[in-house]
Order: sequence, then structure tokens, then C-alpha cells
Amino acid sequence: MAQHQVNYASAGGLPVALTTVDNLVNWGRSNSLWPLTYGLACCAIEMMASGASRYDFDRMGTIFRASPRQSDVMILAGTLSKKHSEFARRLYDQMTEPKWVISMGSCANTGGMFNTYATVQGVDRIIPVDIYLPGCAPRPETLQYAMMMLQKKIRRESANMKNNTKQNLRLI
Amino acid sequence: MRKYVPKDNVQGKAYYTDRYHVVPSVPTFDVESDELFVKQLEALKAKVEVKSAKIMLGQMIVEINHEDNYKALEILKDECGYAMLSEMTAVDYLAKDGNFEVFYQILNLKDVKRMRLVMRIEEGLAVESVVSLFKSANFAEREMFDMFGIKANNHPFMKRILMPDDWEGHPLLKTYPLQGDEFASWYEVDKIFGKDAREAIGPENRDQTRIDRYDTKRFSRVGYEVPFGADISEGETETPIEYSKTLLVDYQKADGVKPAEHRK
Repeated sequence: MAQHQVNYASAGGLPVALTTVDNLVNWGRSNSLWPLTYGLACCAIEMMASGASRYDFDRMGTIFRASPRQSDVMILAGTLSKKHSEFARRLYDQMTEPKWVISMGSCANTGGMFNTYATVQGVDRIIPVDIYLPGCAPRPETLQYAMMMLQKKIRRESANMKNNTKQNLRLI
Repeated sequence: MRKYVPKDNVQGKAYYTDRYHVVPSVPTFDVESDELFVKQLEALKAKVEVKSAKIMLGQMIVEINHEDNYKALEILKDECGYAMLSEMTAVDYLAKDGNFEVFYQILNLKDVKRMRLVMRIEEGLAVESVVSLFKSANFAEREMFDMFGIKANNHPFMKRILMPDDWEGHPLLKTYPLQGDEFASWYEVDKIFGKDAREAIGPENRDQTRIDRYDTKRFSRVGYEVPFGADISEGETETPIEYSKTLLVDYQKADGVKPAEHRK
């Protein structure tokens, strides 16, 4: 009579890994974050450098997409003027759930040095932000770090986006 | 540390004084000192009324009535060879003289001469468009309308060029606050979410150095870490940080410090 191994989880058994649905879904989500190709000002130059071969965002599974319908992450890279704010919000609305936002640089975070009538004083006035990235402009390494922090955040979250509270609830 | 002064009307007058600043002056010459300019001024005087004419920095500056702008520029272009309009816009002298100055900076490429046609215009009046003479006036006149509210009659497309179409106010007026008026401060909120969202979103934070010491979501505490979003106020309300007044010296006040002109 053949001897069958009953305890599959023991070493050398069948390839079985136990996890939760949250972990599995978030593993998939966090390792293929596709940002929208969307630059507003000089921060966009650093964002382009991050995507190019030297800093190489692709190795993190971060591939820039040219359509909001295909992207998960919106990187608001640069000064958001009041005239343009309507269109930034429209692009955000066009992105499919789940979606995350990185506010890149001083201008996007607070308005920065543009303390004037024509600049939005922080993009969190119109779009809920997940990661605030300081700097003027932040180096590509910093943007990569922000993306890694976003991955960490996603892995900590619930797979059901309804259970996750955003920092600025008022905008959702 | 620089003395803090309220900056409500920052465009009204400078909030700082530079006591070593000397206003530079440019020498003025008569038009007779340049033969070519004399001829051109004669051609101009034959058709339009010239209020004043002078030469500064090698350029003739001619002041005319604002009704004659098209006629004067037509003469200068067709008879005097000024084929190019380098720049045209307005200057706000409403507080000083009660009117705008509109100028046309033109260039003669053949004789290598530049001149400026200057005119004063009251608030609410419109100038005649010169787009049919100079193509570059198209965007320049739109910008003048956008920034100052001076319209150009018979312009092919009189519309705002920099600010959004539904914007209120003309930002380059001296009376327009730098940080925007009521309309400007709520523009994006009103447009995206509607006026009802104003209360939830709150006013703009214009103080770049604002610190909320009980905000545990956006401010970190080095050496005193607390959980994200925890309430650490212990029942106290947030009070704004006050800076010591003894450190700040008011150079414009006579008491305490001698005024600059008596300090020898």
C-alpha cells in the first residue's frame, strides 16, 4: 500500500502557500503601479528622469501610461494653476479604482513659492493625496522612495478600497 | 529677522524701504538732435495731433491722443518704415493720474531705429485695434484686455488669453491683490465641487510657515512620536505662535532708533 504524505505544509511537500486575500491582492496591486504620464512643471523633468534608463522605474513595475483609464497612480508633478485645476480633477475622475495620488514637490504640496492669485495652494484642495513628496524639485531617487512608500501603504491597506480611509475624506 | 508688517495692500506701497536706493534718471534729448526722427515726426504731425515728443536712450517717444492710435501707426508703418510691433501693452497709472498709459514699441529694421508711441486712456474706454497693421498686436491686445480690462475695438477675437474665460477681475491692476480676491481664492473649489463645498474644504492656507502643534496627521514630532491621527491636545485649543516683539526693530519709527537721515 502506497504511503501518502498527509501534512502538505511540511517541507518538501506540495507547493502550497497560505495567505490572506488582502495580502494576495495588495501584492499584485503594489508591484505594478502604473502612473499617469502627467507633468505640470519642472518636477515633471525629474519624473521623466525617473522613468528613463538611468533611474529606471520599470524595474519596480512602475510603467508610465498615457491614458488615465489605464493608470493606478497620479503623480501631480509641479505647479497646479487654478485654470488647470479643473482638468487635473477630470483626469483624476477618469482613472479607474483603485487609484492613488502622489503630490510631488513644494508647489503641488502647498503652492510653494507661488503665493499668488493664480496657483492652487496645495493640490489636496481638489484631489485626495496619499503621499506628499517634499523638495523643489525632488530628485528621482526621492520620487522612487515615494513610490516605495506608496507600495508600503498599499500593502498595509485592505483590499476592499471601501474600508480604507483617505487622509482628506472631504474630497471623496 | 525682518519686521513683520501687514501685507494687505502690498501693491499699494512698498512694505520695505531701501535707504540707499537712488532712482536712476535717463537723460532726455530734443527730437532735433536726430535728423531721421525729425522727418518722421513731421510726417506724423501732418496727420495727427502730437502732444509731446522727445528722445530717450536713442528712441523717440511720441505722445498722441488715444483716438489717433490707428492713424498714427499707419503713417509710421507705411511712410516711416516701422514694419514691426515689438511690444504693446498698458501701464496702470489709475492711482497716480487717474488713467492708463497704452504704448506701442515699434521697430524700423531698415534704418535700425526704434520708437515708442504713447497715449493716455481713461478707465472704461477702449482703444482701436491695430491687428490689421501688425499681426503681433493680436495676442498683445488680448493680453492687455485680460490683465487691465482695456478692450480693443474691431479685434478679431477679443477674449482672455492667460486667465480662464470665466475669471473675474484683471490681475495686473494695482488694486488687484497679489494673493487674489474672494473670487480667486475659491475659484477651483467653486468650479469643481460647487459653492456648497466651501465650508468642508476651508479657506486657502496662505501662511507657508503655519504649524498646528496638535495636528498629528501632517506634522511629525522628532523625539516625541505619537500615533497617526492621535489626539494629543488634552483639551487645550490651538493658539497661534507669537513672536517676541523686542527682537524686531522698526526702522521707520523715530523712537528708539534714529531716523536714517539724522544718523551721521
